[in-house]
Amino acid sequence: MTVHVRTTINAEPQEFLCEPGETLLEALRSRLGLTGTKEGCATGDCGACSVLLDGRLVPACLVLAAEVSGREVLTVEGVATGDTLHPVQQKFLEHAALQCGVCTPGFVVAAKALLDHNDDPTEEQVRYWLAGNLCRCTGYDKIVRAVLDAAADMRGVTV
Amino acid sequence: MATVHFSRGLARYTGGVESLTVDAPRVQELLVVVTERFPGLTQPLEVMAIAVDGEVHQHHDYLKLRPDSEIHFVPQIAGG
Amino acid sequence: MSTATKTFEHVGTRPIRHDGLDKVTGRANYGADYALPGMLHGYVVRSPHAHARIVSIDTSAAEAMAGVKAVVTGSDIPKTNAKLVMGEAALDLGAMGDNALAHDKALYEGHAVAAVAATSPEIASAAAEAIRVVYEPLQPVMNVDQALAPDALILHDGMVTKGRPKPDAPTRTNVALRMELTRGDLDKGFAGADVVIERTFTTPMVHQGYIEPHACVARWGEDGQVVVWTSTQGHFVVRDCCAGILGIDAARIKVIPSEIGGGFGGKIPVYLEPVAIALARKAHRPVKLVMSREDVFRASGPTSGTKIRVKLGAKKDGSFVAASASLYYEAGAYAGSPAGAGAMCAIAAYDIPNFLVEAYDIVVNRPKVAAYRAPGAPAAAFAVESVVDEVARRLGKDPIELRLQNAVREGDQAAYGPEFGPIGLREVLEAARCHPHWKAPLVPQPGRKVGRGVACGFWFNAGLNSSATVSLSADGSANVVTGNPDIGGTRVAQALMVSEELGIPVERVRPIVADTDSIGYNDVTGGSRVCYATGMAVIEAARDAQAQLRARAAKIWDVPVEQVGWERGRAIALNGASGREPLTVSELAAKLMHTGGPIIGSATVNAPMAGPAFGAHICDLEVDEDTGVSRVVRYTVVQDVGKAVHPSYVEGQMQGGASQGIGWALNEEYVYDAEGHLQNPGFLDYRMPVASDLPMIDTVIIEVANPLHPYGVRGVGEVPIVPPLAAVANAMHDATRVRFTALPLSPPRVLAALKQRG
Repeated sequence: MTVHVRTTINAEPQEFLCEPGETLLEALRSRLGLTGTKEGCATGDCGACSVLLDGRLVPACLVLAAEVSGREVLTVEGVATGDTLHPVQQKFLEHAALQCGVCTPGFVVAAKALLDHNDDPTEEQVRYWLAGNLCRCTGYDKIVRAVLDAAADMRGVTV
Repeated sequence: MATVHFSRGLARYTGGVESLTVDAPRVQELLVVVTERFPGLTQPLEVMAIAVDGEVHQHHDYLKLRPDSEIHFVPQIAGG
Repeated sequence: MSTATKTFEHVGTRPIRHDGLDKVTGRANYGADYALPGMLHGYVVRSPHAHARIVSIDTSAAEAMAGVKAVVTGSDIPKTNAKLVMGEAALDLGAMGDNALAHDKALYEGHAVAAVAATSPEIASAAAEAIRVVYEPLQPVMNVDQALAPDALILHDGMVTKGRPKPDAPTRTNVALRMELTRGDLDKGFAGADVVIERTFTTPMVHQGYIEPHACVARWGEDGQVVVWTSTQGHFVVRDCCAGILGIDAARIKVIPSEIGGGFGGKIPVYLEPVAIALARKAHRPVKLVMSREDVFRASGPTSGTKIRVKLGAKKDGSFVAASASLYYEAGAYAGSPAGAGAMCAIAAYDIPNFLVEAYDIVVNRPKVAAYRAPGAPAAAFAVESVVDEVARRLGKDPIELRLQNAVREGDQAAYGPEFGPIGLREVLEAARCHPHWKAPLVPQPGRKVGRGVACGFWFNAGLNSSATVSLSADGSANVVTGNPDIGGTRVAQALMVSEELGIPVERVRPIVADTDSIGYNDVTGGSRVCYATGMAVIEAARDAQAQLRARAAKIWDVPVEQVGWERGRAIALNGASGREPLTVSELAAKLMHTGGPIIGSATVNAPMAGPAFGAHICDLEVDEDTGVSRVVRYTVVQDVGKAVHPSYVEGQMQGGASQGIGWALNEEYVYDAEGHLQNPGFLDYRMPVASDLPMIDTVIIEVANPLHPYGVRGVGEVPIVPPLAAVANAMHDATRVRFTALPLSPPRVLAALKQRG
């Protein structure tokens, strides 16, 4: 049985067919060519496939593709606006907050989700919010600094 | 004459000789002299790299030796 | 602090990396992101047994399924004795091929025994289920004690101990190699000691834990030409390994590296690539193979679990007089643990007149280990640096003072043989001693104990072979091409080197990682060698281009080339030609077509082993004595890197290495049951540090120039994983007064020890 899904992805209407057991992660990567969302574990433990579903942070590997019918999905490909990077993306570049970069899309989406509802998080809040995203290269130091700096930037404060 | 040093572990195969001066233009010729003199070293040296004057080299056969060169045998390593 | 005298204009700045935009927007393509028209999906069948003879494999039912296009087993991989020389070490292609698809025996749980390619992942996995493998299970050999037991089952029938086996060593053995380092008179040395500490330590098998699983796509053309897209630390090595394993001409294989999602040494060997090629050849279609996270844990290379005995003797005044150490390292299913490197690093930081260090490489029924960041050194440092800490306490000495007192310096003969050139251990220890962290008072939270530990670490850094070209464009920009996958910011570092030599702004230099057909040979991205050795090739290539530019200036000025110099990115007129205005790269580039055509600078290097490097780490650990839970609350990394080309990425390496080491110390371990089944092959139960586990990690970059490199670079990536195991354990001792000799310091182990302490 194939499921017909009508949804919104990165503010664009999208339609696709999928298997009932197929995850959103598989559908994004294989059917829609949105390979920015990465698979690190497929068990919801690493955060590399973080996306926003109706504004809520979820691992795409634990969501069925069929579940996003009629809902809004935001992936890393939709975080920048035109030629303007989201402050989180810009600060990741400036702070060298990525090394291999494979976890970066998940961190960008997760950090954006945090700043969407809290524009002045403490270091501890950033660390706990991002605790679902594994990075093996950086030790998180520069990631946390980048997110705090992005928050300041969004508040119009220079640090 | 270059000086070859044998660690005490290697000296087991040299009858206790801990260093040897060898007149050889390059590492290749030096190794021939060393293994002819101490055939027992052939097998242990297969798993060793060579340090010439403090620098460990991976492709050492044609490396020219100075009259005062110091040669050590060191275990092989691989990096991550 | 810097002993480097050279001044730099571009090197040492922190520009945005060229590949950064693609990585923050999700556009960068990693191993699993490739898809080709007509591509099939592969699935690997893996042994459920840790040790078993393969009696038969019946693939007929799978092959008969609709959508199945090819099935391969060990019989599709020729047995070979071939070796591939890679730097100091030789890769055993026979073992690598047998590891990719087992021939006669399954040697660990997860060992690949067959593979399927089908039109969908679902059909491939269903077909894999339909493959009937008959095993004759054997008793697994799971650790060094079992492997060394007199009645141990032998994993490989023909194994003989290489190196320097003991004279009375048994002929049937699981010991692949024994080596030793000795100096002086051990008995006399210990006899003269006032304090002797002897302890035995164990560390668990741990995984590199890169976030991107292994993945590749292989295509076999009608003309026999093979193309492989893969995530690897070295595509030239993938090419040569696949050629050797499959018995095909390397000239027919092109390997295109994807972006790489972490490796730390674990993406040097090939696992999937030969299998994907074999499937593609049979199916006449491209084949994609991707490991699941479980596959990564069970069947890609972790690093050795170890057992290490250390004995250290010191005089009352603190001087070390004798040391002995025996290192037993699990190699996994095939020979090749980093025991030898562990032995060479164990006491490398100290000048000790009498020592004996021996190391054993031991096969067991676990996945074949791969390199992991300073392979072999962290476990050895855990043992030695814990004992050094204990000697300091026994003598009532400051642990940094004691280390400084015994630290090696330039001119000392390294324990592993050669004399040290300029090294920065003393500078590192002095900086640690002066750091505010070392002087800050320890303030425990209510209900917690807090302690501080320090430890040193050493790594050689590698040299090896690299090629680079620098091409100028008529607009005065340039591209720099190398063949080392960029695992953590090496593209921008190479661009900075070109900027430094040619005076071109870094954003106008385009760094490129080229495939095996498009640039000369490059050894792997590993051994902390890319900034050092490939950097050397880049600098030489840029200087080659610069020499050609000077010749062009000479042509324009109509003077001999000897009268043209180079300064700050401009050709300048010397002596006889004086009075002429300098020509910038842009001005010279604009005239390229009038002065002789395009300019490409090129260089290759066969670099000697790089500059030895040391680090020292300070760790504050807070322990909840009711639960055994501990947490690093402050951490400082001090390291001699020679020269930091892009300081942000140098700091990043130091922070990342430290956090991997902290994970190793506190939580990470492979947990096997008695039958050899891995109990925790996932990120939930294999517990790596997350953001909320760690504090900010302070870094202090020390620059003692490496005379082998034009800018003084030593390499940075590996040293920082060496000290943390001991730094954390020493902090734990400071907090609890318990000397832990087994890692990880997970809450149950800590709680049990505290209970015993009372």
